[in-house]
Amino acid sequence: MAVRKILIAIALTFMTLFLVLPLIIVFSEALSAGIGTYFNALVDPNVADAIYLTLVIAAVAVPANLVFGIMASWCIAKFDFAGRNVLITLIDLPFSISPVIAGLLEVLLFGLNGLFGGWLSDHNIQIIFALPGMILATTFVTFPFVAREIIPLAQEQGNDEEEAAVTLGAGGLQIFFRVSLPKLRWGLFYGVLLCNARAMGEFGAVSVVSGKIFGQTDTLSLAVESLYESYEIQAAFAVASLLAGLALLTLVLKAGLEWRHRDEIHAVRRKRSS
Amino acid sequence: MSTEIEIAGIVRRFGPHTVLNDVNLSVRPGELLALLGPSGSGKTTLLRLIAGLDQPDAGTISIDRADALGRKPKERGVGFVFQHYALFRHMTVFENIAFSLRIRKAAKPEVKARVEELLKLIQLETLAGRYPAQLSGGQRQRVALARALASQPRVLLLDEPFGALDAVVRRDLRRWLRQLHEEMNITTLFVTHDQEEAFDLADRVVIMNAGKICQEGTPIEIYRTPANAFVHEFLGESNVLPAAVRDGVVYADAGFVIGGAAAAADGKVTAYIRPHHVLPLASPSGAWRVLRIAATGSHARISLGLAELTIEAAMTADALLDSGLESDAAVDVSFSGGTVFDTDGTRPVKLLAARSIVTGPVQASLHV
Repeated sequence: MAVRKILIAIALTFMTLFLVLPLIIVFSEALSAGIGTYFNALVDPNVADAIYLTLVIAAVAVPANLVFGIMASWCIAKFDFAGRNVLITLIDLPFSISPVIAGLLEVLLFGLNGLFGGWLSDHNIQIIFALPGMILATTFVTFPFVAREIIPLAQEQGNDEEEAAVTLGAGGLQIFFRVSLPKLRWGLFYGVLLCNARAMGEFGAVSVVSGKIFGQTDTLSLAVESLYESYEIQAAFAVASLLAGLALLTLVLKAGLEWRHRDEIHAVRRKRSS
Repeated sequence: MSTEIEIAGIVRRFGPHTVLNDVNLSVRPGELLALLGPSGSGKTTLLRLIAGLDQPDAGTISIDRADALGRKPKERGVGFVFQHYALFRHMTVFENIAFSLRIRKAAKPEVKARVEELLKLIQLETLAGRYPAQLSGGQRQRVALARALASQPRVLLLDEPFGALDAVVRRDLRRWLRQLHEEMNITTLFVTHDQEEAFDLADRVVIMNAGKICQEGTPIEIYRTPANAFVHEFLGESNVLPAAVRDGVVYADAGFVIGGAAAAADGKVTAYIRPHHVLPLASPSGAWRVLRIAATGSHARISLGLAELTIEAAMTADALLDSGLESDAAVDVSFSGGTVFDTDGTRPVKLLAARSIVTGPVQASLHV
């Protein structure tokens, strides 16, 4: 009993110290100069641009990774092919590589002096220090989130239900949309939530490829840094509070959906464990 | 009108393994046919080929005299019940059963009526809103059956339908399925490795081994006249006795007469005898010894020894009481039936009962 209490106490202290306390500080600092100043900081055109840019990047990166993730899990779970294990390892690459390196690699490929830099500038296409580069970097870094979540699920669920659907008269697309996709939907949902949270908060890779042109290629997380560095502490925390709010919203969304569909989730989980 | 299936020359290979090797089978209209065999005998593969889940390397399958192989699964009119049910885990019982109707874009009231009819049939009306994981094994099994029946298939295929259920549920469900078959009269094939299940349920049983059909017939035909040693052993416990035939008499190598087999040619054979065809008789002068008696409820098993040889006898517990047998008693043994096969397990000849007489070592004189 004593051990249990001690462990719980340690866990709670840890959580408070590293999760709750910072969250409180972010919001209290953001609101330290009053609610009016807080909103003024957020409607600043540069910050508004950063919000917009963050949303655009997430709006491209998340669906792209959703599609990639589904395709990858489909390949890996349904087929046995040469290079399957290589593919599984490659999917994990963005996790094991530092985001800064990822950004750097992109500069080396698409930058002005990079591998494709000459061709790109000849054709007037700008990737580095522009939106396409930031989208690419974010997509790369957040790639594993959806795939990692659903590959084990798809492997474990196997092909039985798809075969049953075949005998019941379903065609390829019908099977995909009525059976394969729905039975993965909770995995997909968690994957997308995590992917989105990370896409909006990504700093390292985006920082390298963005060029940090304030008001032009600033995302929310980059704006926090540039505001902080220019001693606009309160504004920096106001923007940070948006990101923190996003994290909280993600959690609430997840908990809410889990609660609404608790019967089904419970049923599916029990089946998985049996 | 019920559907017939004609299977001819089917070959299926997986890499170097030939899983089905020249299989020919006619399934008669409206019959309930069991494919019985050990695991790896190719019975499930055959079922999958009929359903269109797999394609053969050679051979033809026709359903109602029309080629089936060229047609997609959905055009074959086949309902399939999977071994582990393969229910859609994200759908309720109702939606699982409705699946094939929704795929066919049936009108809503029609779907509702049909699903309710099937729910009534499987006696699960109250569980329509449940998810598969919230059902017991027997209930899942019935939902899988209802789902397969929803679009009124011409043929019903069941892969190990009772494999994952406990004994009581299994027996109940078996009776229920038999009854259902009699009501609907739909041509049905089911795969099983359980001999009792096949014999209890099927009109006709097809025994498969190593990708081939060993024998087909009614349960009684197969049990009484097994086509080869494999079938005899697969259908239940056998005492396997190396023996030799001379002038129509079967002599066990261990030195006793097993019985008569007039139709068998002289030479080495193997005799297969069911435990209940072994009749021990208490006799102070008997050469056999009772090694062990195990009474298991209504039946008893008796191990009998003669020198190095041990054979098993079985009788009802009542018969054991009447016989007065006890451990270590001296007994005589006779055989009321059995089958003699050539040493390669083919060419069966029925044994005729003959009281066993210990003859001493006879095989020496038989070696040609």
